[in-house]
Amino acid sequence: MALNSKIPEGPLAEKWTKHKFNIKLVNPANKRKYDIIVVGTGLAGASAAASLAELGYNIKSFCYQDSPRRAHSIAAQGGINAAKNYPNDGDSVFRLFYDTIKGGDYRSREANVYRLAEVSNNIIDQCVAQGVPFAREYGGLLDNRSFGGAQVSRTFYARGQTGQQLLLGAYSALSRQIAAGKVKMYPRTEMLDLVLVDGKARGIVTRDLVTGKIESHSAHAVVLATGGYGNVFYLSTNAMGSNATAAWRAHKKGAYFANPCFTQIHPTCIPVSGDHQSKLTLMSESLRNDGRIWVPKKAMPGLTAKEAVNIPEEERDYYLERKYPAFGNLVPRDVASRNAKMVCDEGRGVGPTGQAVFLDFSEAIQRLGKEVIEQKYGNLFDMYKQIQGDDPYEVPMMIYPAVHYTMGGLWVDYNLMTTIDGLYAIGECNFSDHGANRLGASALMQGLADGYFILPYTIGDYLANMPYDKVPTDHEAFKEAEQGVQDLINKLLSVNGDKTVDEFHKELGKIMWDYVGMSRNEEGLKKAIGMIRELRESFWQNVKVLGANEEMNMTLEKAGRVADFLELAELMAKDALNRRESCGGHFREESQTEENEAKRIDEEYSYVAAWKYQGPDQEEALEKEPLVFENVKLTQRSYK
Amino acid sequence: MNLKLNIWRQKDSNDKGGFKTYQVSDVSPDMSFLEMIDVLNEDLVKKGEEPVHFDHDCREGICGTCSMVINGRPHGPKQGITTCQLHMRSFSDGDEITIEPWRARAFPVIKDLIVDRSAFDRIIQAGGFVSVNTGGAPDANSIPIAKEVANEAMDAAQCIGCGACVAACKNASAMLFTSAKISQLALLPQGKLERQRRVEKMIWQMEAEGFGACTNTGACEAECPKEISLVHIARAHREYIAAKACSKNV
Repeated sequence: MALNSKIPEGPLAEKWTKHKFNIKLVNPANKRKYDIIVVGTGLAGASAAASLAELGYNIKSFCYQDSPRRAHSIAAQGGINAAKNYPNDGDSVFRLFYDTIKGGDYRSREANVYRLAEVSNNIIDQCVAQGVPFAREYGGLLDNRSFGGAQVSRTFYARGQTGQQLLLGAYSALSRQIAAGKVKMYPRTEMLDLVLVDGKARGIVTRDLVTGKIESHSAHAVVLATGGYGNVFYLSTNAMGSNATAAWRAHKKGAYFANPCFTQIHPTCIPVSGDHQSKLTLMSESLRNDGRIWVPKKAMPGLTAKEAVNIPEEERDYYLERKYPAFGNLVPRDVASRNAKMVCDEGRGVGPTGQAVFLDFSEAIQRLGKEVIEQKYGNLFDMYKQIQGDDPYEVPMMIYPAVHYTMGGLWVDYNLMTTIDGLYAIGECNFSDHGANRLGASALMQGLADGYFILPYTIGDYLANMPYDKVPTDHEAFKEAEQGVQDLINKLLSVNGDKTVDEFHKELGKIMWDYVGMSRNEEGLKKAIGMIRELRESFWQNVKVLGANEEMNMTLEKAGRVADFLELAELMAKDALNRRESCGGHFREESQTEENEAKRIDEEYSYVAAWKYQGPDQEEALEKEPLVFENVKLTQRSYK
Repeated sequence: MNLKLNIWRQKDSNDKGGFKTYQVSDVSPDMSFLEMIDVLNEDLVKKGEEPVHFDHDCREGICGTCSMVINGRPHGPKQGITTCQLHMRSFSDGDEITIEPWRARAFPVIKDLIVDRSAFDRIIQAGGFVSVNTGGAPDANSIPIAKEVANEAMDAAQCIGCGACVAACKNASAMLFTSAKISQLALLPQGKLERQRRVEKMIWQMEAEGFGACTNTGACEAECPKEISLVHIARAHREYIAAKACSKNV
């Protein structure tokens, strides 16, 4: 199958407007004849479910959490970008588009990114109308701040809890539609398979996480808004429950998986403290506005934050300011992360593990006063102190990169439809807008753009051609999928080995971090693929899952998710092996400049790598979607 | 350090439930409280015993999922944090720690330390929103909002919906949770148009869910991980009286 991205003809700035006019509409009276399933209730899922219900469609919404309000979008701290240009500093739709394309290292589609920048302003208007309490100036107008990878201030924020406030806004809109009877909500319910009838997505099979009941749900279209797959690495900033199961099982039913190796390692997280560690905590990137990153010029193993205060200026290496004078500490995330790894690999890392660098506020506190810093970052400083036991007002923070976001995801066309008819993927779940690296404050923008302002238009184009009749859930396709789900659960429960699910997950995470992490090479990737295969085999022979299906069983839930991670991990390594260039967050050691910067090879790799599942233990097939750039000139990114 | 844990175990909502005692050893002070339970659970699974079920997700204090009463206090001994942000350096070697679920009639236990908090969702569904559809919103700067007002709305909006306020209250009242949303939206010009309808419906729903009455003891404020102030309860009362005075829904 040749991939058709369905990008509309015409000049970049007119594509979306024209497309909206050209796509088919479903008349208001007919919308109520269509059922749509939305899986996931983060920014993308909640905003889509609410907006589609407002239009008149019947929605079934699913989440594994006990309430839709708890989806992991809630943890986003820093902010959301928009091209409002309120600060009068030269921002525009085109500049936001340009920064996003460049930040993504020219591995995303021009048309999608332009549309994202175009609707960004509507998002801010919508959220304010919902009662989202964004930060304001004394004059009552909205405040903006700057973020990595941009030279304008275009980030709207609500203290350090922007994701929370935007999600609660979308959740309130969703709640209103639940009350109106237009959305039926299924919390504590996990999607375990996608059901196809005549090649079209027509429903899903779920497990009730309280009773274990396996159930089928039928619809005219299915929307996946199930987030990213960063938890493949075991340790990440994702929530404990974040998983790839829905997307992966859809992949196995025919949805192509695009650019799986594009993962974002966030530069400012609290370092790992020991083997017991279950997750990593992000410290907002906004800290890089005032914090200065450094390590000692000469290796000083075990240097603590308290001792760091006494290191004289001339013995400190503010390596980002030294190497990138134009952007300094505000270089994009991939550049900041890779440089932290480089100085640690040189032996100049600090703290008990040597896997950390300092983020120092002493100069900012001197310049602005403690009070200003407290106003800006108070909650982050408190959080740090709580976890690390050190006071960032007195001593520098210690930070280290951690897995944070996955740019890769299900392949979608301009309408956000996957390679399966009637199956859509929105938000982090798709691959479309961030290329090989996402800029800060752009994830919230994309999730809400997809859910509020893009999918509600594009899904109508598909439904307008669909007959109204519903597929009953006793249809053979549903029965078959239910049986498949039941068989997999029985298989997990019957292994009865001697290793816990978490032990397997930790081992997988270590393989991925060591060989498919911040720096990758051919030898390591080949080794990783072998190790992942062995681990997967061992999982199915030695995993220990207690209890039964017909009860709340958190070990069983986790086992199914880890089984999927063990398959997806191999594809990530395979994709990384195939892409023998460095771009954005994907750094191949074989492809770097003399100054150790990422070196793209546009002639060979200016494409989206979309992978097609071919059956268990079969090699996945690669299809390429060429990326065409008509409006920006491809240059080697420079933040110097 | 070594610790003795008394943990509430309850198979399902029909089971009577009871405490069971566990010993955990070699606990590092750098572990979070939930990581300590993870270690216990790994041991239990290895021994073939069912792990302790507890709700948790983001593990950074914002999703509001984790919910444990630790030594009689929701989210444990420290001020202004959730259970997942509590670290073992707050305990000492040899400590005995009692761990229970939230206890309230409106939050029935599902299993072990997990309770059903869907009542909170229904309170929001009753009116915790501004009735605007997607599209057609005016420019975000068209209505200036004083910084102080926006800040106070934000103080209320920070609620994570964990339910510690209910667990802390002797009457199991949900007034702090409910009032935080009423107050946020009553402060903002966008929310003012529906303020009367909203407060009536939300309070009515709160009562219908079986939460107790608020007697202003302030236990909720003391235990709230986001330190949401009683001021919002006062504002919600004022909103309620104002709404009732001109209500058509007598």
